[in-house]
Amino acid sequence: MIKAKVFVNLKPSVLDPQGKQVMNSLHSIGYDNIEEVRVSKFIEIKLKSDDLEKAEIEIHEICEKILANPNTETYSWNLEHIPGE
Amino acid sequence: MKINVITFPGSNCDYDAFHIGKTRGHQVQFVWHKDTQLQNPDMVILPGGFSYGDYLRCGAIAKFSPIIAEVIKFAQKGGLVMGICNGFQILTEIGLLPGALMMNESLKFICQHQYITSVNQDSVYTKGLTPGRPLDIPIAHKEGNYFINNDGLKLLQDNDLIAFKYCNEKGEISKESNPNGAIDNIAGILNEKKNVLGMMPHPERAAEGKVLSQDGEEIFASIEKFFV
Repeated sequence: MIKAKVFVNLKPSVLDPQGKQVMNSLHSIGYDNIEEVRVSKFIEIKLKSDDLEKAEIEIHEICEKILANPNTETYSWNLEHIPGE
Repeated sequence: MKINVITFPGSNCDYDAFHIGKTRGHQVQFVWHKDTQLQNPDMVILPGGFSYGDYLRCGAIAKFSPIIAEVIKFAQKGGLVMGICNGFQILTEIGLLPGALMMNESLKFICQHQYITSVNQDSVYTKGLTPGRPLDIPIAHKEGNYFINNDGLKLLQDNDLIAFKYCNEKGEISKESNPNGAIDNIAGILNEKKNVLGMMPHPERAAEGKVLSQDGEEIFASIEKFFV
């Protein structure tokens, strides 16, 4: 099996009110060193096959089609083999 | 007028849209998201709600409902498609409208009466409205903060594709009258052909005597004029 770890991030040009709120909270409890916080999505996907090449194509397709909104988000992923269950 | 209201799992304003259509004397039909045909409509309404629980992103999963392909075809042929709230979010996800609806700046779900004004007199939806006149139309959303990149915004502005903006009770468009942080106070936009409208406020919740505001009637009356 293959495990894909997909990261969906807001583009730098997009405001992230959630990240800003987290930063404010961190500041309020004394973490003055925090310059910026951006909140992203992390999605884990298990694939049945062991074919890394195919998995690359499939995960890319899934990111394009549904996991990310190209208007506001960018995405990246990495793949690793895991023992089957 | 023949109106088709699309129901997705999680839609919760479909009956409101249906009711207002009926009340105004139209032939209204529900169309289930798994259907593969529209019922010969003059206008399609994508109603508010939480389609598919709004998982991943609002409207993202509704994109794959079978009926969506038909809605896209209908819009491409010039058919009227009106997306309200979650319907607006779906329209951006399926690419019939540009931009995206992000989380409100306050991070809060906002449910309140809100003034909006038309800023366009050149569409079926806005022809009968007076720009600058405030309309009291309720909003109820957490992801209504409209975002588009600078080039996209310029395209909307230059082509007169912004239908509605948030304003105050005097019709003044200002930062203070912006409930959710939407870029340029945008509450609703049109596609290039101006047959597709997406708006966050709910005109169907302000279009009869039983509720506090009847200003939504003006928007429906504007659409109806097109079919007379």
